[in-house]
Amino acid sequence: MKVLVTENLRIDLDRETWECRHCQAELVSARDNYKRGLLVYDRDPREIHKPLLDPAKYARTYSPDPQWCRILEYYCPKCGAMIETEYLPPGHPPVRDIEFDIDALKLQWQDREEVREVPVGEEPPRPRGHSHAGHRH
Amino acid sequence: MNDLNISADQQAMLDRFLTQNKLFFAPDPAIMENHRIEARSPLEEQLLSQSVDRHKINEVRGLVVAALDESNTMIEQMGAAPGAKWGDMTTAIFTASGDLSMIAPHGVGGFAAAVFYPIKFILKYWVDEPTVGVKEGDGFIHNDARYGGIHNTDQSMMMPVFWKGKIVCWLSATIHEGENGSCEPGGMPAAAESKFDEGLKMPPFRVVENFELKRDIVTFLQNSVRDPKLQLEDMKVRLHSVLRLRERVLKVLEEHGEEALISTLRLHIEDVVEEVHRRIRELPDGTTRTVSFADSTLRENALLKLNMAITVKGDRMTVDMRGSSPELLNRSINACQASFKTMLFTGFMQNIWPDLPFTMAVFTPFDFIFDEKSLINGSFDTPQAMSLIPLFKTMTIACIPMAKFNYMLPVRYTAMVAPQYDQPATLIYGGLTQHTEYVGNFCADINGMGQGGRSHRDGEHSVSPPFAAHCDLGEIELMEEDLPIVRLGAFTLAKDRVGFGKQRSGLGYEQIHTYRNSGLWGFMTGCSGSLFSSAQPLFGGYASPTYPLCKVKGTNVFEFLKEQPDGLPLDIVEIMNTQPIPGAQYSTHDMGMTFELAAPGELYMMCQGAGGGYGDVLQRDPDLVIEDIENDLISHATARDIYRIVFDSDTLVIDREGTERLRADERKARIARGKPYDAFVAEWQTEEPPAHLPFFGCWDDTSQVYGVMMGQRMKMDGDKLASMFMLNPKDVQIAALQAEVASLRAAAGG
Ligand SMILES: [Zn+2]
Repeated sequence: MKVLVTENLRIDLDRETWECRHCQAELVSARDNYKRGLLVYDRDPREIHKPLLDPAKYARTYSPDPQWCRILEYYCPKCGAMIETEYLPPGHPPVRDIEFDIDALKLQWQDREEVREVPVGEEPPRPRGHSHAGHRH
Repeated sequence: MNDLNISADQQAMLDRFLTQNKLFFAPDPAIMENHRIEARSPLEEQLLSQSVDRHKINEVRGLVVAALDESNTMIEQMGAAPGAKWGDMTTAIFTASGDLSMIAPHGVGGFAAAVFYPIKFILKYWVDEPTVGVKEGDGFIHNDARYGGIHNTDQSMMMPVFWKGKIVCWLSATIHEGENGSCEPGGMPAAAESKFDEGLKMPPFRVVENFELKRDIVTFLQNSVRDPKLQLEDMKVRLHSVLRLRERVLKVLEEHGEEALISTLRLHIEDVVEEVHRRIRELPDGTTRTVSFADSTLRENALLKLNMAITVKGDRMTVDMRGSSPELLNRSINACQASFKTMLFTGFMQNIWPDLPFTMAVFTPFDFIFDEKSLINGSFDTPQAMSLIPLFKTMTIACIPMAKFNYMLPVRYTAMVAPQYDQPATLIYGGLTQHTEYVGNFCADINGMGQGGRSHRDGEHSVSPPFAAHCDLGEIELMEEDLPIVRLGAFTLAKDRVGFGKQRSGLGYEQIHTYRNSGLWGFMTGCSGSLFSSAQPLFGGYASPTYPLCKVKGTNVFEFLKEQPDGLPLDIVEIMNTQPIPGAQYSTHDMGMTFELAAPGELYMMCQGAGGGYGDVLQRDPDLVIEDIENDLISHATARDIYRIVFDSDTLVIDREGTERLRADERKARIARGKPYDAFVAEWQTEEPPAHLPFFGCWDDTSQVYGVMMGQRMKMDGDKLASMFMLNPKDVQIAALQAEVASLRAAAGG
């Protein structure tokens, strides 16, 4: 039984492991912080949110200030998928964002069918609908 | 005297003495810290312990909702406040005990979810107070958020409905009025340094008797604000919409009886409590966490942390906000815990459980833990006029930890969504209009935040405020008839200012403001997010960018346009980079600006913000990236550098194999540059916040909270927070200039 936890992560309840949903790699024990199974990179936010105003002319440019804000990018060590991102001030401890009671989770899923395709959820009716190759919206 | 023994009689006398000799009816913590619905009244218990006709309940519910819709529409049609014209209001109905039962279908629910506090205050203190009392035909006004509310710009009318001599329910109407006589125009003063700078501070009091406004009290209120016309008009509008609602409720009582109405109002909220318990039980047991940072007090830069841990255990949910920033005694951005809970609830209704009936009963199964004297559990004495800074974040903050609980569920109640833009990016104005009237208020752009990316499609552009789905952006032409403001650029989506992701966020839009035909006019903005990205991403996407305030001063754009009608590009980035008006001063600033007078024809330019992105940018459909270029949402450089698409610049035809290769290379590059988590943390994490950051909140240990007191960093136990007192930014600037002068003199002398 596998439980989908995020867009990029799932837990294999039988093996008690975190897994990457893109390459099926086993990352780390499900009872551990999943981030310990990933690679991390400290990204200068100006590389993503590029300055749109001339930095030679202006202090504020639409880019975050790298002295105040960094982006931690978490990658799957096998396939390089971006599993998670975290915007933090420099040196701030990464957040332990998911900490489940694995025994309770096992009990809860005893009577549930495995979910392989995530449901979308209720959507209001939309006037325009069109599709692209392999992608509906 | 520890072993003082008093008889029951003596105790009763003591209690009576204390009740009759209360010095000041301050906000009551027993009311303000209790978000849960009351126990059933004896009558409710009697009615609901019998078998209940669910069809009758449903019929009555339909009649009440229709009545609420009608009264809300009345406000929308008649309201004078700009906020009322764009949907920033609601009407609501409460049980006899004051619990919110239902709101108007298109109303701003947060208002009603805050008004139950003052109703409970009236019930507890004024009903039996011989000098006040509550009788048929009475109406009560209220605006002070410390007695319940979001901020003091919102004014409510609350009226009991009597039937056979007893209160059967309460009705309310609330409008975001704006102007309230605060130290800056518009009712949301960033400059407020104490609660006495906030303008009108109305605890609930009677302003209507025999269904009529008391003109002496109305005059007092008019005399206390900059816009006496607005104050009178909207007091009338709120009264008459509530009176119409009352007529409809009386019809229901006549046709269906009080039992049906009372049972409906009570069952409606009890059903919600039961359903929320069921929804919590579905979630995995455990804790999810997130942090959110505001980067401004609106007077100076400061990194203010909101620290959230949500714990699910069985059918209960605990929201733990300990470790958040301490309160700031002389800044206006504090919020009290009741306002915080109301806005967190609003966010749950927007993003997590939008299918549930809009009643605060949703939070009855929730427990909350706060540090005392924290930014979002501010004490009575803190100014709270710009509580929107933490409260806008509060409305979106739960999206991330709740997505991590909800993602696995076999059934979803709504789509997974990354946070919406979470700062009030709107211009506030004040001064003398072309009709020679003094006004102060804000622009409807507060209702135009970009939505976050969703699990299955992109976020909507400039779709709504984070507190309601159905508020409008208003008509610029109508605004220009009333005000001297001229909008040179409006509603152009802010290109490349996007929360990138597999599903990108919706974008915000540019606002280029100026004015003419006034001898006295000025602007302010009350927004953070110029240094640190505001709207956080979900599941590996990127956040919104940061946004500056841009000014072009020392010129009159109308004179320039007379000479060169086509000389001004209506695009902020182009204006700032090409500086087309000769001799003007171009500058960028933080988005927090206290009120300043402007000269006619000067430009104040800002953006409404984008939401957070959803998922890995390398997984974005290349066709959608090209579509974004075609729609002028992103540049070619963004498509190449962020999304790693290979395409022909002229034809926009995608090289699919080249794209595959480029993306595979980038994945390899990620693996090469990433470090294993433990090794990374050993290098990255510091003992305490960097010395250069004015940091407020916990660092690694939630029980240890940092702050800055009179310019000096402090570290405190979370359960013994002190209120921070900030230096005057002008004093700080003067000290820096004096030091500079001294060093220049020394250099010149030496
Ligand atoms: Zn992988």
